Amino acid sequence: MIAYIADTDATAGSGRAAYTLGPLAAGPTCCEPRPQISVENLTLAYDGRAALKEVSLDIFRGCVTALIGPSGCGKTSFLSSLNRLSDLIPGCEVEGRILFDGQNIHDQLTNVRALRRRVGMIFQRPNPFPLSIRRNLEMPLKEHGVRRRADLDAAVWRSLVDVGLWEEVRDRLDAPALALSGGQQQRLCIARAIALQPDVLLMDEPCSALDPVSSTIVEDLIASLRGSYTIVIATHNLAQARRIANFAGFFWVKDRAGVLIEFDHCQRIFDSPRHELTAAYVGGRSG
Amino acid sequence: MLPTSSLRDALYRFGICIAALLVAAIFFWLLADLARQGVGRLDWTFLTTPPRNAGRDGGLAPILVSTFLIVFVAMSVAAPLGVATAIFLSEFTPAGGRLARWMSLSLDVLAGTPSIVFGLFGGAFFCVFLGLGFSILSGGMTLACMALPILIRTIESGLRSSPIEWRLGAAALDLSRATLLWHVLLPAAAPSLATGLSLGIGRAVAETAALIFTSGYVDRMPSSLFDSGRALSVHIYDLTMNVSGGDANAYSSALVLIAFLIAANSLAFWFSNRIFGRRVARA
Repeated sequence: MIAYIADTDATAGSGRAAYTLGPLAAGPTCCEPRPQISVENLTLAYDGRAALKEVSLDIFRGCVTALIGPSGCGKTSFLSSLNRLSDLIPGCEVEGRILFDGQNIHDQLTNVRALRRRVGMIFQRPNPFPLSIRRNLEMPLKEHGVRRRADLDAAVWRSLVDVGLWEEVRDRLDAPALALSGGQQQRLCIARAIALQPDVLLMDEPCSALDPVSSTIVEDLIASLRGSYTIVIATHNLAQARRIANFAGFFWVKDRAGVLIEFDHCQRIFDSPRHELTAAYVGGRSG
Repeated sequence: MLPTSSLRDALYRFGICIAALLVAAIFFWLLADLARQGVGRLDWTFLTTPPRNAGRDGGLAPILVSTFLIVFVAMSVAAPLGVATAIFLSEFTPAGGRLARWMSLSLDVLAGTPSIVFGLFGGAFFCVFLGLGFSILSGGMTLACMALPILIRTIESGLRSSPIEWRLGAAALDLSRATLLWHVLLPAAAPSLATGLSLGIGRAVAETAALIFTSGYVDRMPSSLFDSGRALSVHIYDLTMNVSGGDANAYSSALVLIAFLIAANSLAFWFSNRIFGRRVARA
């Protein structure tokens, strides 16, 4: 586990300008020096077969934390244990502690529903419901007690503006969400998640099912959400991780279970990894 | 080089076309025969007057009313029960679990049970045990029992076929099960509900054996659901088997029955689209 390292450290380091984090590291709202989520010795097993072993890392408030690594290294499992979506998978067992703002999310007193409201999730394949664009956004809001028409309209507008979709869909809010393009659908899903005003957004390969243009738009969107939300993103796309992340964790498969090899500032993972497996992976020599 | 064997392809295509044409031809021949022999007597009076002379003359009015009532009772009992059971099976029992296995096994057995067995059961249970006698209510509920397995199976498979992403997405948004079911899964399963309903109605309208024991074959106009009433298929059976000289009217009745079936199917699609389909905006 790394200790918090001041922002200035991130921009110092190596002289390879291409790999620096650029303006984001200077952003004052981002990277508050306290972890929002602390994962301690997380082990996750499906039907007794470990998928993740002894993972420990801190996820910092307002930062983008990228999880990189080959397929099957447990990135998705890790993400779904953060909002306890793993509870829904039959035979899935989780050990270890996950502290969310200091509170153990596996504690009996933890309200899972409240947790999921504070931790939004975006999936690999855009999954808007087969409803209109408006109802996709309104349904979760109504479910959580927003009833007044004016409040609903305001929330729909706000979240669509935030994901940059408003201008594209303002004339057809009642059109089917499934008629949107893949990238628009994914942005709608992000809008749907942030309409509930979560603290954390978990993103499981949010761009991998999209075409390159849509992928860029969604990536820019994620970058623009940095600072407002704590974002944990699993991605295959190393260039993408390098562009948008403040922190990166490299997962690898050891003894058929996913393990965290290295976790550090994104720049260090890419520029001066301490572990040779990381160096091989980010250098394109393995994975 | 591609393994081209155009002769073999042509033969295959020929054979398949012949088979398909044969099936279609049988259906059209049947329809044409019905129409040729039945359409002569088919007019407004036939539909609006009661049968006379044991059905040789006169029309179908009370029989149409009875048929409609029986189907109506059957579907109003079967639809809510079927939807509820399908939801239970697809949402609240694990797919490979023991309960689900037993339920689906018994549903399959029920679906394959000969209708005469349902008739005997309905006669013993609804007519005698529940004291409903030979009545439209007994007949309708017997038909509901018959239609349930197929209805449940279709709706269940419709619900199960909804993508897992919707469920995960709903869980991640902390939507309740009820919301997910009512606003997403059921609307998306509306076509399978329609299919289930029309298959159920089809089975109900076409049923004869189960109705002889339960709703009886009194051909008077029923005055309530507790009256005995003769369904169309029973009427056709009676005209062809028990009434000499009833063939002409039997053909006309059969034609009406087929029209009724087509109408019922269209209605089922319209109904489920109206209730649920509206909410599902399709791409």
